[in-house]
Amino acid sequence: MVAAVEPAGPRPRPVTPARVGLYAFLVITALFFLTPLYVMLVTSFKTMPEIRQGNLLGLPAEPSLQAWGHAWSAACTGLACNGISVGFFNSVKILVPSVIVSIAVGSLTGYALSFWRVRGASALFGALMIVAFVPYQIFIYPLVRIFATIGINNSIPGIVAIHTIFGLPTMTLLFRNYFASLPIELFKAARVDGAGFFRIYSSVMMPMATPMLIVAVILQVTGIWNDFILGLVFAGRENLPMTVQLNNIVNSTQGERLYNVDMAATLLTALVPLVVYFASGRWFVRGIAAGAVKG
Amino acid sequence: MSTRDQRCEVSVRGVDIGFGRVKVLEKLNLDIAQSEFIVLLGPSGCGKSTLLNAIAGLLDVNDGQIWIGGRNVTWEEPKDRGIAMVFQSYALYPRMTVRGNMSFGLRVAGMPAAEIQKRVTEAAAMLKITNLLDRRPSELSGGQRQRVAIGRALVRDAGVFLFDEPLSNLDAQLRVELRVEIKRLHQRLSATMIYVTHDQIEALTLADRIAVMQGGVIQQLDTPQKVYREPINRFVASFVGSPSMNFVPGRIEGANGVLAFVGGDLTIPLQGYAFRSPAAPGPAVLGVRPEHVLAGGAAGPAAIQAPIEMIEPMGADSLVWCRMPSGASFSVRVDGEARVAPGGTLPVSFPATALSLFDDGPGERL
Repeated sequence: MVAAVEPAGPRPRPVTPARVGLYAFLVITALFFLTPLYVMLVTSFKTMPEIRQGNLLGLPAEPSLQAWGHAWSAACTGLACNGISVGFFNSVKILVPSVIVSIAVGSLTGYALSFWRVRGASALFGALMIVAFVPYQIFIYPLVRIFATIGINNSIPGIVAIHTIFGLPTMTLLFRNYFASLPIELFKAARVDGAGFFRIYSSVMMPMATPMLIVAVILQVTGIWNDFILGLVFAGRENLPMTVQLNNIVNSTQGERLYNVDMAATLLTALVPLVVYFASGRWFVRGIAAGAVKG
Repeated sequence: MSTRDQRCEVSVRGVDIGFGRVKVLEKLNLDIAQSEFIVLLGPSGCGKSTLLNAIAGLLDVNDGQIWIGGRNVTWEEPKDRGIAMVFQSYALYPRMTVRGNMSFGLRVAGMPAAEIQKRVTEAAAMLKITNLLDRRPSELSGGQRQRVAIGRALVRDAGVFLFDEPLSNLDAQLRVELRVEIKRLHQRLSATMIYVTHDQIEALTLADRIAVMQGGVIQQLDTPQKVYREPINRFVASFVGSPSMNFVPGRIEGANGVLAFVGGDLTIPLQGYAFRSPAAPGPAVLGVRPEHVLAGGAAGPAAIQAPIEMIEPMGADSLVWCRMPSGASFSVRVDGEARVAPGGTLPVSFPATALSLFDDGPGERL
């Protein structure tokens, strides 16, 4: 037996094989995910002659932004050769109204479902949740037909409506659970004060929902930005989002494949969600935790 | 604040409320006079908050009517009923300042800014929260928050104030302080107040009349003195009063018109007890409050010697736990200075005028 040591101060934390194994696993996993990102970054700064030498992991000998410039403004996305910037601005045009409208509609639905005990509210909520699990490819063809009939197919309003509809279950769930965690007396007090449906929503409830609002913005921005199929089908030829343009750049290459341009275009496309995550990761965790603990 | 010209009596007429198959209130009637302070007292789940919410219009009634100020408001929105309400959890709007909280209702009603300013200033002065007006609720203590909540009710200048356990979240000292404040407010405003609580001390100190509720039924509706001295049944007797009433099972026995209560070796003559109905011999339960037991020198010649088990000193007086000859414990309130000790005996007697007798079945007062 080990000689008895009088326990005092912090408990000793011995290095055990299990702990070493754990850290090794974590490091390997991190490398597994970081290596492709690293290869993309270095390749995008290399020139084509250097890439042809085949040293995949090496740092660029003479770093150049030429590939990034080409990807942004001159790469061919089919017949037109205006770079991926066209797609970027299309995506922004789709993103901004979609995020605003989907969050507005989702939070309003969540608020109505949690405070205004309408007959059949829980049935409606259940239906919303079940439909959220139906693969959305099933809806695409019917929706195309409907949108074509009412004349908003292949347009910005069309794609905004699509993102609002498909975002509704998640947004509703998010806000309903958050509002359900607030004391009901707050709602009663506002009613005694004479505020109506929209006044309570805008003056009392939404100002309290800031953490959820941030989570919702993150979810919707990344989700809508990364969307491919819906943008391809519903946005129309003029408004194809960045993801679709990226695909076109990579697939419509004639002759030599410009790896550095492809990599740069990909990184440019990934930049928005990346920035959103880095800028708001703290808020994201806080919002999720707030909802989880109280909901 | 201003002298009131609107009528503000409240009348609950045959109200039924249920959630699904559970009936909370059935055919409940309650008439509250102008400027009266009514306390709805009862254990949790007795329907008192449900009743208050129904009066406020926050809950639909399944049947019956609610009248406020001579108007049938059964189908009206809370804001149109001329009421103001204070909640247990304060329910302050967290993202508004104190001023914003107090003025929210007036702003919703579209009142001119000058009038809002005037009312908020007045209410804040009355509640001594003027220096807090620009703070957020999160920067206030519990007591301050509840003052703000009362202030928010005050600015509405309503004829009827509804309080839903407003002091239950506060610590003991603040509770006493705000209790006095609420009573003072009632005298000053002469508004009708309906106050829900499970704290019988609050009920006794504040109310003009107490409605003791259990199982959705008002058991007794009377002045605090009456409820305390002459509880209508065993539930009311045991719920009101702290330390609580002693109960002794036994029988009423009578010979040639002279009745006495007999429990174990204890015999108490009942001359002077006001029976509600002609008395008859039979099983009964005796109820006596600790302070109504005469002890020591006051006990008189007919006193019995009760062995002392335990003493709870409470400052001004002490609660002495004695053992009945039959074996049951009962408590006696004696002066805090009285020299008593466990192991000794205390001479006690039970004056018939301060006793309560209940039947041994449903526990109705005899």
